[in-house]
Amino acid sequence: MTGKFTNQKAWFLVLPVVVLVAFNALIPLMTVVNYSFQESFGNNIFFWEGTKWFEEVLHSDRFAASLGRQIVFTSIILAIEIPFGVAIALSMPRKGPWVSVCLVLMALPLLIPWNVVGAMWNIFALPDIGLLGKTLNALGFDYDYTQQPISAWFTVILMDVWHWTSLVVLLSFAGLSSIPEAYYQAAKIDGASSWAVIRYIELPKMKRVLIIAFLLRFMDSFMIYTEPFVLTGGGPGNATTFLSIDLVKVALGQFDLGPAGAISLIYFLIILLTCWLFYTLAMKDEAQ
Amino acid sequence: MKRAKPFVPAFYIVFLMLPIYWLLNMSFKTTNEILGSFTLWPNNFTLENYTTIFTDPTWYNGYIDSLTYVGINTVISVTVALPAAYAFSRYRFMGDKHLFFWLLTNRMAPPAVFALPFLQLYSEVGLFDTHIAVALAHALFNIPLAVWILEGFMSGVPKELDETAYVDGYSFPRFFIKIFIPAIIAGIGVAAFFCFMFSWVELLLAKTLTSVAAKPIAAVMTRTASTSGYELGLLAAAGSLTIIPGAFVIYFVRNYIAKGFALGRV
Amino acid sequence: MSKISLRQLKHSYLKNPAGDEDWALKSLDIEWSDGGAYALLGPSGCGKTTLLNIISGLLVPSSGRIEFDDVDVTEIPPEQRNIAQVFQFPVVYDTMTVYDNLAFPLRNRGVSDRDIGPRVGEIARMLDLEGTLHDKAAGLTADAKQKISLGRGLIRAEVNAILFDEPLTVIDPHLKWVLRSKLKEIHRRVGSTMIYVTHDQTEAMTFADQVVVMHEGTVVQVGTPIELFEKPHHTFVGHFIGSPGMNVLPCDFGGGGPCFAGHPIAAAGAARPAAGYKRLEIGVRPEFVSFSDHGIPVEIEKVKDAGRYRIVDTRNGDVRIQLLVPEGMSVATGSAHIQFDPGHTQIYADGWIIGEAAL
Repeated sequence: MTGKFTNQKAWFLVLPVVVLVAFNALIPLMTVVNYSFQESFGNNIFFWEGTKWFEEVLHSDRFAASLGRQIVFTSIILAIEIPFGVAIALSMPRKGPWVSVCLVLMALPLLIPWNVVGAMWNIFALPDIGLLGKTLNALGFDYDYTQQPISAWFTVILMDVWHWTSLVVLLSFAGLSSIPEAYYQAAKIDGASSWAVIRYIELPKMKRVLIIAFLLRFMDSFMIYTEPFVLTGGGPGNATTFLSIDLVKVALGQFDLGPAGAISLIYFLIILLTCWLFYTLAMKDEAQ
Repeated sequence: MKRAKPFVPAFYIVFLMLPIYWLLNMSFKTTNEILGSFTLWPNNFTLENYTTIFTDPTWYNGYIDSLTYVGINTVISVTVALPAAYAFSRYRFMGDKHLFFWLLTNRMAPPAVFALPFLQLYSEVGLFDTHIAVALAHALFNIPLAVWILEGFMSGVPKELDETAYVDGYSFPRFFIKIFIPAIIAGIGVAAFFCFMFSWVELLLAKTLTSVAAKPIAAVMTRTASTSGYELGLLAAAGSLTIIPGAFVIYFVRNYIAKGFALGRV
Repeated sequence: MSKISLRQLKHSYLKNPAGDEDWALKSLDIEWSDGGAYALLGPSGCGKTTLLNIISGLLVPSSGRIEFDDVDVTEIPPEQRNIAQVFQFPVVYDTMTVYDNLAFPLRNRGVSDRDIGPRVGEIARMLDLEGTLHDKAAGLTADAKQKISLGRGLIRAEVNAILFDEPLTVIDPHLKWVLRSKLKEIHRRVGSTMIYVTHDQTEAMTFADQVVVMHEGTVVQVGTPIELFEKPHHTFVGHFIGSPGMNVLPCDFGGGGPCFAGHPIAAAGAARPAAGYKRLEIGVRPEFVSFSDHGIPVEIEKVKDAGRYRIVDTRNGDVRIQLLVPEGMSVATGSAHIQFDPGHTQIYADGWIIGEAAL
């Protein structure tokens, strides 16, 4: 941050971004805030309701249940994908022709439209004609994700691991490839074990990208909508109805604008606060 | 020279490829074979599903629509992000840090929150069911990311480059286009890649903001899944085709992906 | 502490090296005597870092042997060679304190904490790191980090050799000489062999008793700084050492002696070269060229003031000849004549000096 000089005219350079993002973010956000404090009976007639919707949402079992499912889902996802992704990145070759092959193949799931991911796993996991479903049943597991909540959760989590672990791998790999060769050479001369190399060189150097990986995976898994929606439709029952699926049902399905507005704001706030808290805690060491 | 455990990534890649293989497998099967038996590869190999997609305008228009709004979005996002990223990387100005943070918070907004307000906003301004509506909506999520990535790359370019150019009598726009952009072309590639990626894979907003004229391929697929019953082969073929643009883009930026991640600043 | 010998050492980074240019090192035979301070000098890409990494064991040479006190260590891994190496960019373990950094190599070798404490204290005292022992290593300045890297090498008793790979690259200019004299001091106290890789001739000359000059994978000369200056064994050494570098002029053997542009030149030990050379050259440093009343006619092109002397660019035909003129002596303009000091004029065939015993 050193060496920058103050120039208020720089505002002109950021103006297009500010205008575009403000148009896109502020107007809809105002709309949401507006709804969340009012009652509508159609025909654009609104009545001031104060914090009624917020109280209703916060006391509703439905919201609590979706939020609970969301938290459990995101926790499981993070607990699997972060260590798994780091482990894969650590065991990847650092240079040579195989690096490109690995990166291209691993990045592939990241660029498949989310509904296609859902559809793909839908087909892959079907108990009668899907490779996964058929195999699991042949191995003696009673598996049917359209009927059993446990199977559905297993499938949704496996799908997310399939879809997103590569992001963690790519980030970790980027962090690893920025470590100068001299660190490994010095460690060799110092007689460090390979575990010590991971513990004292590789993990500390990956810290920054791991923070990014954690934040991105937290945000995106907390907002997940399309893949489970296509795969299970939120079912069986409400077993895989996560926050976004629930919100879309309320907003676009039932057109309950007030509760939808209130849910939206609470939802957004939870993500913002968690990111801020995590980031502050993670960077505390650096600041000292 | 270093500990190599090639079987770990190999194993992982096999795991990644299995569902994709299954999708391809399905796409070359007839509906009868799909429903009638469980086969590990197509016994009655057919291209019929692909023929349907390439001859039926509702199908192939879906691809054209998707690629159109993805393209518009990438161009808009990168174009407006460039000057902004330059401002953040070179100057200090009133509210710069808050602005940067505010931009990033938009990346944390769930699309589901914006679906309904976007629908109303774009209907109000008469953009509903146009490519530009989807492109603008996606820009909300892509611009912050593009600014962030580009700022990282630009901070890596020494300030002396700017100063030398100004001393040589370049005006700002001429310097920016002739000298600065070529210097960070890799960063632009990475930013464009991420914009393409998000816009190409997102469905909720794209589906909500379109009905007929600009319907993305992803939405055409959902409709097929729900209305025309059990045409799994067709669905699999359509899905397989959506993998191709992504694979292309990854191949071209493969050397920059890892770097792009590393250079962004938290 | 030991003597290090390299025997017919060759190395290539390719699996199947074919041509000459595929070899990073082309057959080296060097003996580094115990306790010496050596500099390995050469431009980047000449193979000096490769050589250093072979000595420390990070690289296994394609062929040839490396011996410590006549014991073959070619295949022995770095951690067992008892070598310290300091790299171009400081390497410290960021999450550890300075104390833990210094103790790390000992802990890896299973030394008990009771023995580690006094040893770390001793090394920290030697390197002036006592005040920061319990700070995180990550927050320190570059020179302190380089000291830690060095300390991690010194911490093991009886280091065979300390290797430096351009260790002052990232150090602030005003701290460079502080750290360099620290290295000298440590050399005196510890007495182990030190090999210092650099591309900077001043650094090499001030650090080392013996300078090894490398060029394109071969050692072109080993000698004291004065030998390198007065009698370069290869035109490359003449170019690379000294500022400005040696004049290298085309030469032919007419009338029984070396000639430049038709003028006979008196040179030290100017025996007729054996047949079969492709190129014959005269080498003379600008310090040993002077104006005279007769001799080689030149046009004076440019005079640069360099403080205690002036650098004069002259030209004979297409050939540029530089000479140094001490302060206070006048320089003519236009045409002049110059002559060479015969005691410091050498003849080179295909780059190598002739009329001298080979190294």
